[in-house]
Amino acid sequence: MENILLKIDNITKKFGSFYANKDISFTVRKGEILTILGENGAGKSTLMNIITGFYRQDSGTITINGEKVLYKSPRDAMQYGIGMVHQHFMLVKNHTVFENLYVSLKEKKFLINKDIYKDIFGKIFQEFNLNIDMDAPLWKLSIGEQQWIEIVKLLINDCNLLILDEPTTLLTPQETVFLFNFLKKLQEKGKSIIFISHKIKEVMELSDRITILKKGEFVGTLNKNEFNEDTISTLMVGSTIKKRFDKKSHASDDILLELIDIFARNDKGLSDLVNFNLNLRKAEILGIAGISGNGQKALAEVLTGLKDPTSGSIILDKKDVTNGNTRQKYIHGIAHIPEDRKAMGIAPDLSVEENLILKNFKDKKFGRFILNKKNLHQYANNLIEKFNIQYGLKKAPVRLLSGGNIQKVIIARELSCEPTVLVALYPTRGLDVGSQEFIHETIMEHKAKGMSTIYISEDLDELLKISDRIAVIFRGKNMGYVDPENTDKFIIGKLMGGLTESD
Amino acid sequence: MIEIIIDTTIRAGTPIFFATLGAILMEKSGIINLGIEGLMLIGALSGFFFTYSSGNPYIGFLMAAIVTSLVGTIHGVLTIYLRGNQIVSGLALTMFGTGVTALFGKNMVGETIIGLDRMPVIFLKSIPYLGVLFKQDIIVYFSIVLLILIHLFLHKTSVGLNLRTVGENPYAADNAGINVNMYRFITVFISSGIVGIGGAYLSVSYTPLWIENMTAGRGWIAVALVIFSSWDVRKALLGSYLFGGIAANQLRLQAIGTNISVQLLQMLPYIFTIIVLILSSFRGEKNSSSQPESLGLPYDREDRI
Repeated sequence: MENILLKIDNITKKFGSFYANKDISFTVRKGEILTILGENGAGKSTLMNIITGFYRQDSGTITINGEKVLYKSPRDAMQYGIGMVHQHFMLVKNHTVFENLYVSLKEKKFLINKDIYKDIFGKIFQEFNLNIDMDAPLWKLSIGEQQWIEIVKLLINDCNLLILDEPTTLLTPQETVFLFNFLKKLQEKGKSIIFISHKIKEVMELSDRITILKKGEFVGTLNKNEFNEDTISTLMVGSTIKKRFDKKSHASDDILLELIDIFARNDKGLSDLVNFNLNLRKAEILGIAGISGNGQKALAEVLTGLKDPTSGSIILDKKDVTNGNTRQKYIHGIAHIPEDRKAMGIAPDLSVEENLILKNFKDKKFGRFILNKKNLHQYANNLIEKFNIQYGLKKAPVRLLSGGNIQKVIIARELSCEPTVLVALYPTRGLDVGSQEFIHETIMEHKAKGMSTIYISEDLDELLKISDRIAVIFRGKNMGYVDPENTDKFIIGKLMGGLTESD
Repeated sequence: MIEIIIDTTIRAGTPIFFATLGAILMEKSGIINLGIEGLMLIGALSGFFFTYSSGNPYIGFLMAAIVTSLVGTIHGVLTIYLRGNQIVSGLALTMFGTGVTALFGKNMVGETIIGLDRMPVIFLKSIPYLGVLFKQDIIVYFSIVLLILIHLFLHKTSVGLNLRTVGENPYAADNAGINVNMYRFITVFISSGIVGIGGAYLSVSYTPLWIENMTAGRGWIAVALVIFSSWDVRKALLGSYLFGGIAANQLRLQAIGTNISVQLLQMLPYIFTIIVLILSSFRGEKNSSSQPESLGLPYDREDRI
């Protein structure tokens, strides 16, 4: 057919013995927006990395404009007019915006003529109303702005096929709308777009066709008139997803934890939290919404004792617990699910059992000096059963477990000490729907027993689903609280972007 | 007196400056090299040997650059293509360099050569006090030209930008169609040669003699100066002259005869290095961004990002 730009036939890619992609075929037409939909681990990113020449497929062919291609490097994909905005940006933090754009040009002259190219880039900036200083170092830009730089990189190379890997994860709802309009404009110009997502609602709005992947395999392609929310989610997950939890309000009005005028700095000496105030009630799930990088990490660190605030105070149950290390915070009953589960949540080379007692090292029942193996086994088996942790060999290092099971190990450990406050930082990030549900249910269960949770996430749907209240964090400030029962996503989006509700 | 101090400073600082230039360039591409000391020794011996056997110091410098480049590629192959640990490979290179130069240099100990001639620049050489700056040999002038060239190369050319991108984020570089391994390999090759010239300056021009282990830690000083100069070749010149100046002029102080104990004077350059490192790490806390982000990390495209 004339109007087919890209044709993928029987692509298979293995990592070790694990099939990341198995026998996948699909096509992209000229001037269409095709969405690749699938859960985490469905093989979407791997497939795109093959199309852009980063990975090499084990078998299968790629055909562009009727011509069979075999890439040697990403450079070849670029020559064929294929460009991608990766989920982890391909940008250099220490270079300026100009340098980042210039280095990705397809053809470069030996000497850099800054004036000419500044004009060229400036015109594209203008076309899309981007107000970004080209001499600023990239790390000074917000995540949203960095994403625009990635897209501009594709435009200056005149790509015909743009691949965007989960571009909306880091955007406010408003920015998402802006991005979608922009993509439609590109479509009108005849460009093809592959849009990758696992958010069903937004792809409904944007796509001409949807291709669904599941566990590395092709499930099906739907045309515009064939899809609705239920058919998609059935194909994607195999069952329809529960909408919201029944929130029997256990939350009392008593305030349990209070943060007063907290200031904190990061390693670069910049302010992470600025005059931050927050209160948490007993048996409440308080969601913290915000684009990541706005102080969430510092908030969790200050609460769990990884970092002392430079000023301000933290009151827990009428006691001042502002300063003190993690051990002291743990004794106060503050538990922590960290952001990077492999780096901070576990000791990767120790076994599941050993990881489960990491925080109980002073517990006499596990022995004073020599470990009491019997008690240890009993204790660990108990938790493993209760939290349904799936693992292979008993002594095997915990890093070999799947993401969902690693998270279960962390949660089992943190909740086993019956904390009064749980600080959870992106606890479901990168997990499949089943594991997400399990985590939500576990937290709800403990809430019923009286535990309060500070639940930090960038997924608004998730926050609306489980929170009793939502606070919005922007540039280290608390922008205010909203009630998830009767607040619309766009109001939260405004707060996330630094505006007030009435703006 | 001032003229003599300046002259000593330049001549003692130049070998360190070459070594630091090479090390900075290499680290800009993401390769850390703790083998600088070994490479300098190899440069010193081969420079001395080829000057001795040909009678021409220029051939000595040229051969020093070539031999050191070739030895430097051992580090390149190990760390770039075989993805070995850069720290271990660098340390091994230093030990290799120390050993191999001691072995092959035995016959050269005590031999003499005619060193480099000075090349005074007309008019400029008669400026009071500073005229001495223009009475140096050609290698000193070359070091300044090289500084300017490298600085312009890194910041004004697309190849230099590509090189810096490789050192900062090889994934981004690969994505932009840059051959990461090739860039790194060529950089290691050329930079090793620059380090070798530094070594040869010691044995062909500064002393001119071959003594076993004659670099005496200058290669390590260069590694430290990379951090001190926060990967800026201009600051590297300052650092090298400061260190070289203190090291050489404390000898002069000893010769004049002061009440300060000799051991204390000999410690001066090293104490200075430690102080500088402490100061630069304080500064680094606020702006640690000058270190290339992927320094020391091997690159594999199919690493799951």
